[in-house]
Amino acid sequence: MDLFKVNVVLDAKGLACPMPIVKTKKAMKDVEAGQVIEVQATDKGSKADIEAWANSAGHQYLGTLEEGDTLKHYLRKSSDEETVEKQHSNTATNEELASKLSEDIVVLDVRESAEYAFNHIPSAVSIPLGELEDRMNELKKEDEIYVVCRTGSRSDLAAQKLVDSGFENVINVLPGMSQWTGETTKIEN
Amino acid sequence: MTVKMMTAHEVTQKVFNKEELFILDVRNEDAFEDWKIEGENFEYFNIPYFELLDGVEEILEKIPSNKEILVVCAKEGSSVMVAEMLSEAGLTVSYLQGGMKAWSEHLEPVKVGDLKDGGEVYQFVRIGKGCLSYMVISNGEAAIIDATRMTDIFIDFATSKEVKITNVFDTHLHADHISGGRKIAEQIGATYWLPPKDAQEVNFEYAALEGGSVVTIGNTAIDIHALYSPGHTIGSTSFVVDEKFLLSGDILFIDSIGRPDLAGKAEDWVGDLRESLYSRYRELSEELVVLPAHFMIIDELNVDGSVAEKLGTLFAKNHGLNIEDESEFRRLVTENLPPQPNAYQEIRETNMGKVTPEEEKQREMEIGPNRCAVR
Repeated sequence: MDLFKVNVVLDAKGLACPMPIVKTKKAMKDVEAGQVIEVQATDKGSKADIEAWANSAGHQYLGTLEEGDTLKHYLRKSSDEETVEKQHSNTATNEELASKLSEDIVVLDVRESAEYAFNHIPSAVSIPLGELEDRMNELKKEDEIYVVCRTGSRSDLAAQKLVDSGFENVINVLPGMSQWTGETTKIEN
Repeated sequence: MTVKMMTAHEVTQKVFNKEELFILDVRNEDAFEDWKIEGENFEYFNIPYFELLDGVEEILEKIPSNKEILVVCAKEGSSVMVAEMLSEAGLTVSYLQGGMKAWSEHLEPVKVGDLKDGGEVYQFVRIGKGCLSYMVISNGEAAIIDATRMTDIFIDFATSKEVKITNVFDTHLHADHISGGRKIAEQIGATYWLPPKDAQEVNFEYAALEGGSVVTIGNTAIDIHALYSPGHTIGSTSFVVDEKFLLSGDILFIDSIGRPDLAGKAEDWVGDLRESLYSRYRELSEELVVLPAHFMIIDELNVDGSVAEKLGTLFAKNHGLNIEDESEFRRLVTENLPPQPNAYQEIRETNMGKVTPEEEKQREMEIGPNRCAVR
């Protein structure tokens, strides 16, 4: 069973540098903004290179898993989500959420499952934004729900959807995981 | 225009001859910052290859038209790609065969002197990493000191000289590179010597190298006198060869001295280090030619590419030998130490025989400079 969802898988096994990056760059053109690609490679140097390339190209490097001799790199294609104006008015800062973690609240992480897998707040529940409408029944309307994503934009959209569906106590966390300094947990190899 | 291939040997000659070269290093920025090809008259420009996938137009103006150009990457593939792109843009460029991997593994044999009976001493300069190995040749026999893991080079060199390797030494348990000493000894049937104080955790057979040991190479008595000189490690041992050369291991370098912390005992061994450098070495002839196990900076190379200097000159010029105040000495070698060598714990365990990583892994463990010294 897959541990998390990926949208595109690229096989770059057996290829030596520079081909894994050349192929990733090419494949990225067909990946939709915000989607996750898994790049399989056997070149050990590909890890440092793919991370540096992603940072330089503006994509999000999520992490790498090792499976035998194969390295599986996970990247999320850049999107223009940050430029959208936020509308949900009930917000909290990262610090405010950190101070609330021991209370009876729900932390809802609406990033892609692969982003969640490589770095999330230990108590957070994962429901990617794209799945929220179908999975809203997993949440209780009376709960105090803190919604997080990477920068606060997807969580803003998620918060709006929840309010539209009758949730009353929904707080968008700003800026979100990109600046989170508290405890996190991640998938192990 | 054409793309040419340059070997690590050719680049080494350019370093020795202080020639000019423009190096376009297309590795990651942090890899370049950490470690690069050093040459007195080399110029550098670093841009990762993946920034050039769409073309090289934007860097053309950074590349001089009046200099020889060498494109370098980690293993070769990316440098070939970039070199071809530059060639299509009208430049004549070379790429480094085998990339930094080959650079890290290249050994350049340099003769450092003759022995009384007509024998010779060769230094094997591992130019990319700063490691120095030695071969003492006398009357058909050879001894190797501080061999690197590229063992074929030593064995082939001995064959070309028509000599038989009879004794293989490590001056101490190395933390910066994987020793090839044991492998050579096993392959050739030679004796492998290691100081027992550094060998307490090893799981293989060795001959105990101790202060006062004398090993004769060849039948005309070229003696190798072992001199116990702790400090870098507790077992560190120096050799006096033919009353002429002092192989100082990682205790004394040309422009620096050994660091005492790589086996985790900086505080304990700083006293030993001072004793070795300020007392034991002081008793030796100043005419001895010091042959260390490392160099740190390219300035330490002599014009012929060798790394060697008279002990008397080092007493006069090496800062680490001229710190009168003991507490100041203690501070120098225990505080503000440079970063430790890459994977040094794993390298030590490999040299103890506790782990046997695959070749690719060994290569990766050794990436980067040796960092065995304090200055």
